[in-house]
Amino acid sequence: MTRRVGMEVSFALSEAVKNCNVDVISAYPITPQTHIVEELSQMVADGDLDAEFIMVESEHSAMAACCGASAAGARTFTSTASQGLQLMSEIVFIASNMRLPIVMAVANRSLSAPLSIWGDHSDVMANRDSGWIMFFVESGQSVHDHVYIAYRVAEDSRVLLPTMVNLDGFQLTHVIEPVELIEKADLGDFLPPYDPQIQLNPLKPVTMGPAGTPAMFTEAKKAQEVVTWNSRAIIDEVWEDFGKRFGRHYKAVETFHTDDAETIIVSMGGLSGTARAAVDKMRKEGKKVGLVRIRLFRPFPAEDLRRILSPAKVIAVCDRAISYGGPGGPLCSEIKSAFFGYSGAPYIANFIIGLAGRNVWVTDFEHIADRAQQLVLQEEPAPYEIIGLRE
Amino acid sequence: MAQSDKPRWQELEIGCIVTDPGSTRYYKTGDWASMVPVTDPERCARCGLCWVFCPDMARIRDQRTGAFDVNEFYCKGCGICARECPTNAITMQEVTD
Repeated sequence: MTRRVGMEVSFALSEAVKNCNVDVISAYPITPQTHIVEELSQMVADGDLDAEFIMVESEHSAMAACCGASAAGARTFTSTASQGLQLMSEIVFIASNMRLPIVMAVANRSLSAPLSIWGDHSDVMANRDSGWIMFFVESGQSVHDHVYIAYRVAEDSRVLLPTMVNLDGFQLTHVIEPVELIEKADLGDFLPPYDPQIQLNPLKPVTMGPAGTPAMFTEAKKAQEVVTWNSRAIIDEVWEDFGKRFGRHYKAVETFHTDDAETIIVSMGGLSGTARAAVDKMRKEGKKVGLVRIRLFRPFPAEDLRRILSPAKVIAVCDRAISYGGPGGPLCSEIKSAFFGYSGAPYIANFIIGLAGRNVWVTDFEHIADRAQQLVLQEEPAPYEIIGLRE
Repeated sequence: MAQSDKPRWQELEIGCIVTDPGSTRYYKTGDWASMVPVTDPERCARCGLCWVFCPDMARIRDQRTGAFDVNEFYCKGCGICARECPTNAITMQEVTD
């Protein structure tokens, strides 16, 4: 029986990691990820989880230990945030080309300076091209579910890629939500034991992570690019299977009131809940506004977005990061790229919201929808706008 | 482009693992070269200066004729041999493959 309990989202995540029977956890504590790994180390200490919890001196070592454990054939977990992700970044990029199916939860938090412990997406966007599969979840339930989904996808012999579950720091990690916990017994064969296709094994020695000469590197990168794109079919397959078993259906791009919408707000992560409330309110006022929530950021669901967003007049893309000196928000930049060269693209406006955990209200999303409609009337395309900026 | 004996991207092992021990013996560092020395055996004075100066021991001597030539498995194409050759028997050419 599934239990529906009120639970801090960090703990709901740790509970799922426990149910996945991970073999090795290596992590270094950093706000706002701390509750996740504290809970896991407690589970290991109490004997509730039969795993190695490797205490390390830094996030760089945490990811290095995860790579080593995963290469030895262990189901491996880590979690970090912000500066921690930056410190481990060197190894993050290595895990993907070595095809190590590590699962990592990133409690998204802004990057210094100025020093900030609060949430936004600048940490993950700095690792955008690390070659990991990237989920953005928006509720305690989807956090819990996506740990199982992440392992199933990552370890699939057709994928074998590390997978990142992004959850907004504080706005998700530290809130208490009702979550239907999947018990280990109910998991059934949804997540079979990890069967490594490549493995460090003294009986059959191999070299993992060798040097790649100019004569090989290009081919290695092409293989990585193709396997990343191909993972999309398996991700869809796993979501479908998950839906059949547990009744919760997930998609790469989720829509809310988009069918007849003239204006569509595009959001990623935890703020989508607020955006949804705003769309509800605007719909009651007769405004044709919809919402698109992007759950899968890598591989990027460009085709889905073209199909869903094309009928609208205006798109308002909300980013929680800035690419300084570049085109604005990284998410909007991707969406503009998805439409480039296709006829009938809607007007795409970009808004920067919720940097370093600044509150984003329902009224902010109402403003974003109104403002996007005004921007269409301008002759020149507008650059991005920052919501709530004092000027 | 000439047909290559190197694997296509579809043929690489998962994660580029190396499955055979001692594989560095087959690691052709000469792949790094963008230039290759071409020696004219008629002009080669058999003095061996190219062999002395080569920083990578990539000059080989023909046991029968005594003339020197390149070992393409190791030659990085630095051009020192061509520079030092007193009879200008060596010319550097672009690698075409």
